[in-house]
Amino acid sequence: MARWVEACGVEDVDEEDLIRFDHEGRTYAIYRSPDDEFYATDGICTHEHAFLSDGLVMDYIIECPKHNGRFDYRTGEAKGAPVCVNLRTYPVKVEDGRVFIDLG
Amino acid sequence: MGKRNYSLIGPDARRAVETGLASAEWYHTDVPRKEMKALMKRSDGPAIRDTIVWLGSMAALAGVAVWLWPSAWSIPFFLAYGVLYGSAGDSRWHECGHGTAFKTRWMNDAVYQIASFFMMRNPVTWRWSHARHHTDTIIVGRDPEIAVMRPPDLLRLILNFFGIIDLWHATIDMLRNAAGVVSAEEKTFIPEQEQPKVVRIARIWLAIYAATAATAVYTGSILPFLLIGGPRLYGAWHHVMTGLLQHGGLADNVTDHRLNSRTVYMNPISRFIYWNMNYHVEHHMFPMVPYHALPRLHELIKHDLPAPNTSILDGYREMIPAFLRQLRYEDYFIKRALPPTAKPYRAEFHEVAPQAAAAAAE
Repeated sequence: MARWVEACGVEDVDEEDLIRFDHEGRTYAIYRSPDDEFYATDGICTHEHAFLSDGLVMDYIIECPKHNGRFDYRTGEAKGAPVCVNLRTYPVKVEDGRVFIDLG
Repeated sequence: MGKRNYSLIGPDARRAVETGLASAEWYHTDVPRKEMKALMKRSDGPAIRDTIVWLGSMAALAGVAVWLWPSAWSIPFFLAYGVLYGSAGDSRWHECGHGTAFKTRWMNDAVYQIASFFMMRNPVTWRWSHARHHTDTIIVGRDPEIAVMRPPDLLRLILNFFGIIDLWHATIDMLRNAAGVVSAEEKTFIPEQEQPKVVRIARIWLAIYAATAATAVYTGSILPFLLIGGPRLYGAWHHVMTGLLQHGGLADNVTDHRLNSRTVYMNPISRFIYWNMNYHVEHHMFPMVPYHALPRLHELIKHDLPAPNTSILDGYREMIPAFLRQLRYEDYFIKRALPPTAKPYRAEFHEVAPQAAAAAAE
């Protein structure tokens, strides 16, 4: 069952960048792609504890700031060493300039 | 602290996990996101330029050296070629392993494979060991890349200026991996699904060295080994000289790179060979920043870092006496002074790091 949670405003995230969103003790990452689409994933790298919000977005890749592990943030797919485990992704919708993620 | 045990599966490894030193939160200087994004930005230009200069120079030097061989006039050309092979290869391995040197992924990967071969470092094994080095920098029992263990083995250090110890271990590791054996220690940091790649690479390399040996025997000359493999010995000195400065003599078991890493100002030639890894505090604190942006990062955060050593010689003047003192008292270390503007290191941490407290109390 869908459980939409308001994460941020559209203008809070620069194009080709991400921000951190903490909710109910968990950390998420909200991305804005170069073609102005929004995506959401877990906010901590699956390799070791590092906040992806300190990382670098390049096209559709988020690179972890600690060991440069790379994920496709649209699918969560781990793209090579040192990350092996995919990142969990969440559905996103934008309404009235606000970004919502489905934590259901 | 008692005698250190550097085994990755020994008592210090267990203690590091129990005390929270393993995979800990490390200190980072505050840098505004906008500025950090600009610093992290990738580009191909600088690394393409440097790689053309690097490999082009190697080809030219090797060509002249072979042309002059066996005359003694070939020696300086081999020595220069060797440094580009056995020392510049180290920094290219390092930067491309991080994936930051080039913007284009395949370029990073291609140079990483070439440099890994030059340095005789299995590209799979060492990618994972270096990830651990960044997670647990100079944490005893956790960091597999501690160059100078305590008490320092000075003979080993001297031999390594000629690559002798490294070559010995690299050869053993290659033969073992080629036989299909991944060691217990390697298994602590290489995921199971990656381990077959370790074996495959080792077998390819073994075939290359076997072909080199066959050529040497067929031609009755050591020339093939002066070009392949040999430079890992006679050209290693520069990467050892600069590499020892990275952490040598500084604190272990602390979670602040300002205290266990060293930034050293260097001449432009050494910086080219070393690809700016002389900004080592900055690199460890922000490994996402490419080598060509490290001087800019240094300018941005130097107010929060210890004063850099002013030259390679200055670094050795500080480090060598510390090594000699550690021979008698292995808990001794160089305590880095933070500038008045810096955020202090968490003093309470020293209460749970007895070796740090002991040395500081001296």
